[in-house]
Amino acid sequence: MKNFLNRYFGKGWLALTYLFLYVPLIFMVVFSFNSTRQDAVFTGFSLRWYEALTRDSKIVDGFWLSIQVATASGVASAVLATFAAFVLVRFRRFRGRTLFSGMVNAPLVMPEVVIGLSLLLLMVGIQNAFGWPQRGMLTIVLGHTLLGMAYGMVVVQSRLLEMDHAIEEAAMDLGAKPLQVFFLVTLPNIMQAVGAAYLLAFTLSFDDVVIAEFLSGPGVNTLPQVIFGYARRGINPTIYAAATLLIISVTAVVVGYSIWVARQTRKREREMAAAVRAETAALQAG
Amino acid sequence: MALFIPMPGKRFVIGVPYTWLVLFFLLPFLILLYISFVDMGNDISPFKPIWDSSTGLLKLKYENYWSIFRAGDGGALFQTLYIEAYVRSLWYALCTALLCLLIGYPFSYFIARSSPSARPALLMMVMLPFWTSFLLRVYAWKGILADQGVVNQVLLALGVVNEPIQMLYTNVSMLVGMTYVYLPFMVLPLYANLVKMDFRLLEAAHDLGASPFKAFWLVTVPLSKAGIIAGFMLVFIPAVGEFVIPSLLGGPENLMIGRVVWDEMFTSNNWPRASALAVIMIGLIVVPLAVYYHFSGDAAEPKH
Repeated sequence: MKNFLNRYFGKGWLALTYLFLYVPLIFMVVFSFNSTRQDAVFTGFSLRWYEALTRDSKIVDGFWLSIQVATASGVASAVLATFAAFVLVRFRRFRGRTLFSGMVNAPLVMPEVVIGLSLLLLMVGIQNAFGWPQRGMLTIVLGHTLLGMAYGMVVVQSRLLEMDHAIEEAAMDLGAKPLQVFFLVTLPNIMQAVGAAYLLAFTLSFDDVVIAEFLSGPGVNTLPQVIFGYARRGINPTIYAAATLLIISVTAVVVGYSIWVARQTRKREREMAAAVRAETAALQAG
Repeated sequence: MALFIPMPGKRFVIGVPYTWLVLFFLLPFLILLYISFVDMGNDISPFKPIWDSSTGLLKLKYENYWSIFRAGDGGALFQTLYIEAYVRSLWYALCTALLCLLIGYPFSYFIARSSPSARPALLMMVMLPFWTSFLLRVYAWKGILADQGVVNQVLLALGVVNEPIQMLYTNVSMLVGMTYVYLPFMVLPLYANLVKMDFRLLEAAHDLGASPFKAFWLVTVPLSKAGIIAGFMLVFIPAVGEFVIPSLLGGPENLMIGRVVWDEMFTSNNWPRASALAVIMIGLIVVPLAVYYHFSGDAAEPKH
């Protein structure tokens, strides 16, 4: 009974759940190559939907807009996340700290609809008062940065918490000014986490449709907005072609990154083992 | 440790993110709250100021909230489209969280019990769909579950059904889509919890005569309580406000509150009521969170 459970039931459950997770991806890849609009029967191999994709100016424009929005809000999110994480980790006491940590974390649990609506109301208010900014790319970037900052803060904060403060103290003892300590000691130490925060914010922005729907203006549509518009109208294999390209690039990046990390880890382990061996040998010789 | 940053520097470091958050998080929320208490305006200005222009008196309008709970003046309480949408949202979120737990618990358990060298790859395979567009993955289900879609074709070919069954735009497509999207949110905290568990405890239970099922139920499940609760919250909270899945996979019968807020804002152009609906929505999220923090706070306290 126990053997059966461990051997077959476990493997079976894993396999079925992975199948569930991958069915939509496989489905889109397969039917992006279909020769007709049909999406239940594969009628023959064709690249017509890829061709249609390159000719679809809405999708192409949306893609470039999304890249710009995601890059801008990714950078802004990473910078603000670093500021916020630094404040929360290093300044244990200051006036309004509770409010601050509440505001940083709240976007994590707020429904996107509420974030979108409240920011829209603010933008309308500002626009009525100053006549600027028009709803469009800038307002979408602002909305995405609010979300990206909250997620990025979690990443940078955990890295700052595990970082050894002694090296910063050492730098200060040696006469470094606070700014020098930050840029020469702290930042290089947390750079990987800041990079991760950027990537996370970029992905969130590139994937978001709700906040963009609230904050974009007429004629300004990010890629997810274009896809959302098509998707509500019905089946369109051009979207499957776009999805396939996205799936291939994400898979390449994720797999490549994992292999790189695994190699680095193995390399470090080998070096450490070699160092230990050398040390032991030296001790025994001495 | 206190970093010795001179006062102006410290003020600047705190001031930058603080100002940003006050401007783009606190202020929008206060505006939302404000508009939820004023009268609806006309096409040019969608809401009226809170002060009465003739008397100069401040007056809060509770009508926006009342109209959510009561259909018309003196109408029956709690029988409005809005309340239905709230209840439906909570119900879908609850069902989604339970389904994710049902599928995700054994899944995380078997990943945690697989060989340590296989675990990173297995986890990466959970994350991979998660990194590709959420919107596209939901959209794919539309094609899979359609009347002429893959699932129906397979069922017809196998002779399970004689004519296509409608799955799209029903509870089936809603729950499949939501479970699909939120499953990784359940798996990751559960896995993190289960992988730390000492499985020798199960062997001990077995040696003491417990059946595998009993050992699982009396040892594994109670030990993973924190993971279960965390996963449940991570699924439930975003699921309540879900906007995209009901738009793509649901019909008019499956309206959730996120969509209702949108329609109220852009179709009915009733900004005050949209704001009131959003404020209540925040309340629906804050209450389970407060309960969660209350209990997890208790659990985290070391018991003396």
